[in-house]
Amino acid sequence: MGVVSIKDQAAIVGVGATKYFKRGESYPETELSMACTAILSALEDAGLTVNDLDGFAIYSNSCDPAEVASVLGVPEVRFAASLTSGGGGCAGALGLAAAAIHGGMANVCVTLMTLQQLNKRLGGSEVGGVLAYATMSESASPYGGGGVPPSAAFTANAGLLSPGHSFSVLAQRHMYLYGTKREHFAEVAMSQRENARKRPETALRTDPMTLDDYFNARMISDPLCLLDYTQETDGAVAVITVSADRAKDLRQPPVHILASAHGGTGSWGPGIFKYFQANDDEFASSGHRPVAKRLYEMAGVTPDDVDVALLYDHFTPLVIMQLEDYGFCPIGEGGPFVAEGNIRYGTGKIPVNTHGGNLSEAYIIGMTHVREAVEQLRGVAVNQVEGAEIALVTGGPASLPVSGTLLHR
Amino acid sequence: MTTRPEGTQGVFPSIMTESFADDSTKPFWDAAAEGRLVATKCTNCGTFRLPPKPFCFNCQHRDIEWVELPGTGTIYSFTVVRHPLSPMLMPAVPYAAGIIELDGTQGAGARMICNIVDVDVDAVKIGDKVEIVWEHVNPGMSVPRFRPVTS
Repeated sequence: MGVVSIKDQAAIVGVGATKYFKRGESYPETELSMACTAILSALEDAGLTVNDLDGFAIYSNSCDPAEVASVLGVPEVRFAASLTSGGGGCAGALGLAAAAIHGGMANVCVTLMTLQQLNKRLGGSEVGGVLAYATMSESASPYGGGGVPPSAAFTANAGLLSPGHSFSVLAQRHMYLYGTKREHFAEVAMSQRENARKRPETALRTDPMTLDDYFNARMISDPLCLLDYTQETDGAVAVITVSADRAKDLRQPPVHILASAHGGTGSWGPGIFKYFQANDDEFASSGHRPVAKRLYEMAGVTPDDVDVALLYDHFTPLVIMQLEDYGFCPIGEGGPFVAEGNIRYGTGKIPVNTHGGNLSEAYIIGMTHVREAVEQLRGVAVNQVEGAEIALVTGGPASLPVSGTLLHR
Repeated sequence: MTTRPEGTQGVFPSIMTESFADDSTKPFWDAAAEGRLVATKCTNCGTFRLPPKPFCFNCQHRDIEWVELPGTGTIYSFTVVRHPLSPMLMPAVPYAAGIIELDGTQGAGARMICNIVDVDVDAVKIGDKVEIVWEHVNPGMSVPRFRPVTS
């Protein structure tokens, strides 16, 4: 018996989404209604119906499959599982879908995110008098609420309240160790803004951005300014995964799940939000290095084979660290690598976030990256990478698990 | 030891006024009330862990001893928070907050995340030497912060 693997066993055959909204403007829609809209749209795209849907392979408990199945009238749910933690799982959830399908537990899986930042703000800003991160619970999700565990008392008065604050601390260490500069962060922000501007039908940040604009933006938490932070948006995106065999007969050209991996080291753990246990060799990283290694091994490809990279970009420095951790450049050289124009669409060695990313298109906790990867490999992306055959999608950096998936046409 | 007025620039206000201590964390807060910094040390392998956790991440043993530390350390990394996430933080910004590697420990695994006070926030650097300063919020809660060593 050969090695059991999900390699090339499943394919994405449908993509659906709501409109993307500025924070709160999706009201009176709800997270549930938007999830259902995106699912129906993705099924329609695939040429399937609710009667075919039997699996939920999600992350960050993005929806309650029980509720969605009830609302949409799904005849029978056969698989309902979520990767733990938060946005780090968006790419890995595709691997979860492939595993469910390859393992014979489900036939048609949806992976989705739905987000409405009306009564909550993932960035940690106070809504209704509650500072979520200050008294964070020890639930599996960093976005969880709940009581005040004794360990929270060790950090609640420190003043690091949000993901942005935590990632600022990582970025500062990266600058200290490797000489990374704010100009490098700016290049990530500017290149993605250029990509977003070319597709204003989905982009929310469409004004051009110059280096002066970047340096004139207000500082939020050193070394990060407003333009290093993702925007806050609402919306839902869903994709449908089926077996590679079944994908042959459906409406759209299949986008195959070449490989998928998620996880991270124990010392990474919840560290970025809490105790910062990681040693120097991984502290100033995206936490993706072990995931990247397994991903490339499963796929049997190298970074040179990747045609377009959709890297989770809640904060600009973490794009640079992922470029290092996924082997597009040596560790510590991500700053100069982007400064040399290597991530620019059209001219760069490895086009990054051709849709504009979380930073300039929309922040739906990573699912927009999955959508863009599928569009690139179908050959219908607005900023189409000519001849794109292999796309990398990542989730996180965040608490463990972080994740990566390689897709090919 | 100091008690500060509400709303001091550079000082993150003590938003928790009780430690919510359990058996595993109470010795820390009891020592804090006396202005002493203590940490748990694995009696099997000597690895420090802070905050306390039920197992040693190095050798998986459970037994610990509480060891008093000198209360000095080095800024491992930091940020200066300039945008208040809550209206109540408007008087506090900009404030520095970061990770302190504690003298007397192995470093990673026993770091503290703290507000760095009594400092020009624009002058804070990685590698700066700092010392602990306790704010006695009430008889049951003392908050650790760090300030530059001024010697």
